[in-house]
Amino acid sequence: MTGKRFKTIAFDGLLKNNPTLRLVLGTCPTLALSTAALNGIGMGLAVTFILICSNVLISLLRKTIPNAVRIPAFVIIIATFVTIVRMVLDKFIPSLYDSMGVYLPLIVVNCIILGRAESFASKNTVLDSACDGLFTGLGFTCALTLIGAVREILGAGAIFGVRLWDFKIEFFTSSAGAFFVYGLAIAIFNAVYSKVENVRRSKTFALRMLPKPDVSAPDNLDPDASGEAEKANTTADVTAKEVK
Amino acid sequence: MGTFFTILIIAVFVNNFVVVQFLGICPFLGVSKKTNNALGMGIAVTLVMTITCLITYPIYEYILTPLGLEYLEIIVFIFVIAALVQMIERAIKRFSPSLYQAMGIYLPLITTNCAVLGVAELVIDKAQMMSLLGISSMNLGVAVLYGLFAGVGFTVSIVIMSGLREKIDHLKMPGPMKGFPITMMAACFMAMGFYVFNMIG
Repeated sequence: MTGKRFKTIAFDGLLKNNPTLRLVLGTCPTLALSTAALNGIGMGLAVTFILICSNVLISLLRKTIPNAVRIPAFVIIIATFVTIVRMVLDKFIPSLYDSMGVYLPLIVVNCIILGRAESFASKNTVLDSACDGLFTGLGFTCALTLIGAVREILGAGAIFGVRLWDFKIEFFTSSAGAFFVYGLAIAIFNAVYSKVENVRRSKTFALRMLPKPDVSAPDNLDPDASGEAEKANTTADVTAKEVK
Repeated sequence: MGTFFTILIIAVFVNNFVVVQFLGICPFLGVSKKTNNALGMGIAVTLVMTITCLITYPIYEYILTPLGLEYLEIIVFIFVIAALVQMIERAIKRFSPSLYQAMGIYLPLITTNCAVLGVAELVIDKAQMMSLLGISSMNLGVAVLYGLFAGVGFTVSIVIMSGLREKIDHLKMPGPMKGFPITMMAACFMAMGFYVFNMIG
């Protein structure tokens, strides 16, 4: 795997296709387990582990599994890993097991895992799929921890279980607060992301524009090329205006 | 009779599956653009949830527990739900083509609906169910009723949501708030409404 490919997978998983904030997948555990930052980390890491394992196994078996029964096969593979994680957590971290409750078995029907299996692992090599699982899982974990931290600070006056102050707004730990914070998080993330993307795009346009006049200016025989350059010019202007 | 109403109130309002327990959020956000579609999805989910409880509860109680195979519950349940959804789809197609036209497209989606697996997992946790409903013993009847009314609760919230969204889509709002964020805000106010039912308990 080349460095560029690795970079693309990492960027896609963490930002461009962030499962929680961009694609809005796996909403149930996000809303239910973001009452505290630690719960978010626990859930995120459990999902990341299962995502890596299932991506690797599905990628290994991608030529063996018949196309017609692939979805049931994926679900059984995922369910097996969820069962393993559940038994391990029950034995070694009972407090996390209790706080996750019914949402731990529900990782089986988490759209993120099935979605990555269907759209990535069943078409790519093992190493690529493992990386994709890792970064998609980390994107999910970061988002969950962030939402959890906001809700914990405002709703319980604490962060990672450490008490900060006595001031608290209980609305944020209730179910209504979950929808509120999650909705705002999506809106803010999308606004920032599209701003950054606009700036990046106008920069690449500017770079692409520079050599163009040099090529078409001397002879001016190629009307299509200059037309294209003009078009690129105007688009760049528009994007630049939007950014301002 | 008292138990019946307790289950009804608790499953539909106090512990509403969608806005209080966050189960089945994906269809709640995905299939709530039109009231008709939302109602079709709600009825299909209610049907599958009821029958799921009817099948998974005895399987867990009389097959997995005596054999000491409780750890297989997730795999068995997801298998039962997938098979059940397939069978219901075939049966509806065979006996009522018009009904199939109306809700056939929602049935395949239900296999990966957290609400269905969630209700199967919830009703086998006896201690929690008994303290939640305030009853002294748990049996198949209670499990099936809980499944039925949890499905009704799901239908109620998804229909309310679709009504709200039909209005919201025509409003002016800042760009980034369009789509999911504003839907989440609407859900936030719905959750506040349902929070009031907590006071009943």
